[in-house]
Amino acid sequence: MKKTYDIDVDCANCAQKMEDAAKTVEGVKNAIVSFMTLKMKVEFEEGVDHISVMKNVLSACKKVESDCDIVLD
Amino acid sequence: MNKKQRNVLKRIIVSALLLAVITIAEHVISIPNPVLLALYMVPYLIIGGDILKKAFLGVRNGQIFDENFLMAVATIGAILLGLVTDGEEGGYLEGVAVMLFYQTGELFQSVAVGKSRKNITALMDIRPDTAHLIAEDGTEEDADPDDIPVGSIISVHPGERIPIDGKVIDGSTTLDMSALTGESVPVSCKAEDNVLSGAVNLSGLIKIETSKEFGESTVSRILDMVENSAMKKSRSENFITKFAHVYTPAVCGAALILAVLPPVINTIIAGEGHWTTWIIRALTFLVISCPCALVISIPLSFFGGIGAASTKGILVKGSNYLEALSETGIVVFDKTGTLTRGVFSVTAVRPSESFTSECNALGVSPEDSLLLLAGRCERYTSHPIGKSIIESLEKKGLIKDENTLTGAEDIEEISGRGIKASIGGRTVYAGNSKLMDDLGADYDKTVPAGTVVYVCANGAYAGYILISDIDKDTSKAAIKALKRSGIRKTVMLTGDNESAASEVAERLGLDEHHSGLLPGDKVDMVESLLAGKRGKEKLAFVGDGINDAPVLSRADIGIAMGALGSDAAIEAADVVLMDDDPIRIALAMKISRRCLRIVKENIFFALFVKAICLALGAVGIANMWLAIFADVGVMVLAVLNSIRCLSVKE
Repeated sequence: MKKTYDIDVDCANCAQKMEDAAKTVEGVKNAIVSFMTLKMKVEFEEGVDHISVMKNVLSACKKVESDCDIVLD
Repeated sequence: MNKKQRNVLKRIIVSALLLAVITIAEHVISIPNPVLLALYMVPYLIIGGDILKKAFLGVRNGQIFDENFLMAVATIGAILLGLVTDGEEGGYLEGVAVMLFYQTGELFQSVAVGKSRKNITALMDIRPDTAHLIAEDGTEEDADPDDIPVGSIISVHPGERIPIDGKVIDGSTTLDMSALTGESVPVSCKAEDNVLSGAVNLSGLIKIETSKEFGESTVSRILDMVENSAMKKSRSENFITKFAHVYTPAVCGAALILAVLPPVINTIIAGEGHWTTWIIRALTFLVISCPCALVISIPLSFFGGIGAASTKGILVKGSNYLEALSETGIVVFDKTGTLTRGVFSVTAVRPSESFTSECNALGVSPEDSLLLLAGRCERYTSHPIGKSIIESLEKKGLIKDENTLTGAEDIEEISGRGIKASIGGRTVYAGNSKLMDDLGADYDKTVPAGTVVYVCANGAYAGYILISDIDKDTSKAAIKALKRSGIRKTVMLTGDNESAASEVAERLGLDEHHSGLLPGDKVDMVESLLAGKRGKEKLAFVGDGINDAPVLSRADIGIAMGALGSDAAIEAADVVLMDDDPIRIALAMKISRRCLRIVKENIFFALFVKAICLALGAVGIANMWLAIFADVGVMVLAVLNSIRCLSVKE
């Protein structure tokens, strides 16, 4: 399953850091962050609960870039 | 500017003023060193507090080599050196100023990116917010387009955008399709016509029965495509990401060596280390090294290029395809529907000599008479050939009234041959060469490629009418433009026979053509053309998306044209031309080449300036101020350069 989320981040490098961080989270198969469109596209592993995975993604991103946010709906 | 940016701007202004006051005061009155340090710390913390915090958090979380860290180390280092050497090397002013300029550069970058992001989204802002749903009792209410089921009736007022694809059931109007196709000439529509979401209703109220859900409608699909395109990163972008991963730690390592090694060697050889000199050089090195200029300007260029293309009705599905497009060396076209209109019409009328002199004697045009003669025979036909003759008569204005085409009696269809009729006492035959052979007529056998209708009147051959697929108006210009922009080879593939194919190929100026191909053969042909590529060049295939999905996906770049409303083509292609004008292929190439040139300029410029400054910094020629230019200045220039990608000249 793939889902796209709006994100808020200030610099391109920070967006790259978010992408790297999101990829390491368990349950995430792949993640791509576009700084230009301020969006994060996450591909989840089969059968995971994307809501709880995204919470982990957000905290992993906050860790590498304190000034970022992901809009989780 | 958003709230965050305004906040940073305030901090920049306040700390810049404070810095100026303190610097002047320092020169006018003598201030003891510890007090001076305390004074400088005020603007430093105002402007750099968040950087220090981020650097600290980064180190704690194992993110050591980022720009916050570089800036924190460089500025703290400069300030400490100022304290130790009492202002001889480095100094408070440099430390605070570096931070100030760094933040100014970051703010500029943030505003510039935000602005171009806004520009591009504004260009693409064709998502309608509401739809006027008509209830069964005829009342109108506003609803979210997302909530409207297929088959609902909605109304679209003049000036509004059509929210959902559907069919007009009431009213007529003209539509501005420019947001979809880049074509600004309005299109008229009436009841029973299908209309696409995203078009702007210009003149009259229309009612539409929706045929799709909002999410599946054209406007949503286009927006998804453009938004997703930024997710497909190009080789250049991946290169920079990888480069930054290696580069920053490498520069930090080099800076450390620069700070330690020469003083140690100096101490051993000369007994004196000059530690401060080398530490300040190492700090300068760190400031120069920041890779921001590349990291920001390259995705910005691609985004700008894709945005610019989409305003021209060219949807590029990813930065990688924009990059590939710029490297295209071979363009392969499908013929029908791509270079030609795929519609048959009369392209030549050639009366025979005897028929010409007969008409001249009566004082009527031999061409028109021949066409009328054939038209009378074909009057009731449903065959496309016959229809194109009638259409040609209509276009020429030869059908004065409903009686023009009457007068043919005993119309008889001769299967596989043509038509026999009696007109004004004459027996007229209109049909193919087999019919002429049967009649034993002395007809012209050297006709150009196409479908031919021969006419025989009263046993004498009267001439022929040539019906063929006509070229699109811009096909020839498009191929010329492609050639001029550096495309090495243009190839046409078609299922038509050789004589028709070679004629079109020659007329349009194509380098190569292959005829008589079945859809499966086209894939094989593209395979063999792919094998003949030179070096890095790419092969693009252009088709109308009907039956050529396998070829579209096999080519390096699949370009589908006239794809409005054709879902299969939109899925299969990498580049989608919203209308079917071949000149847009050349425009797409132009945009891609320009964008890639700007990307290369930025890579080269940033690396070149940084390399020079790093070298100068290492030997002590470049000071902190030059270092700031190398960092912030280069970034500002690179960002300004990449913004150029947004504009296109046709």
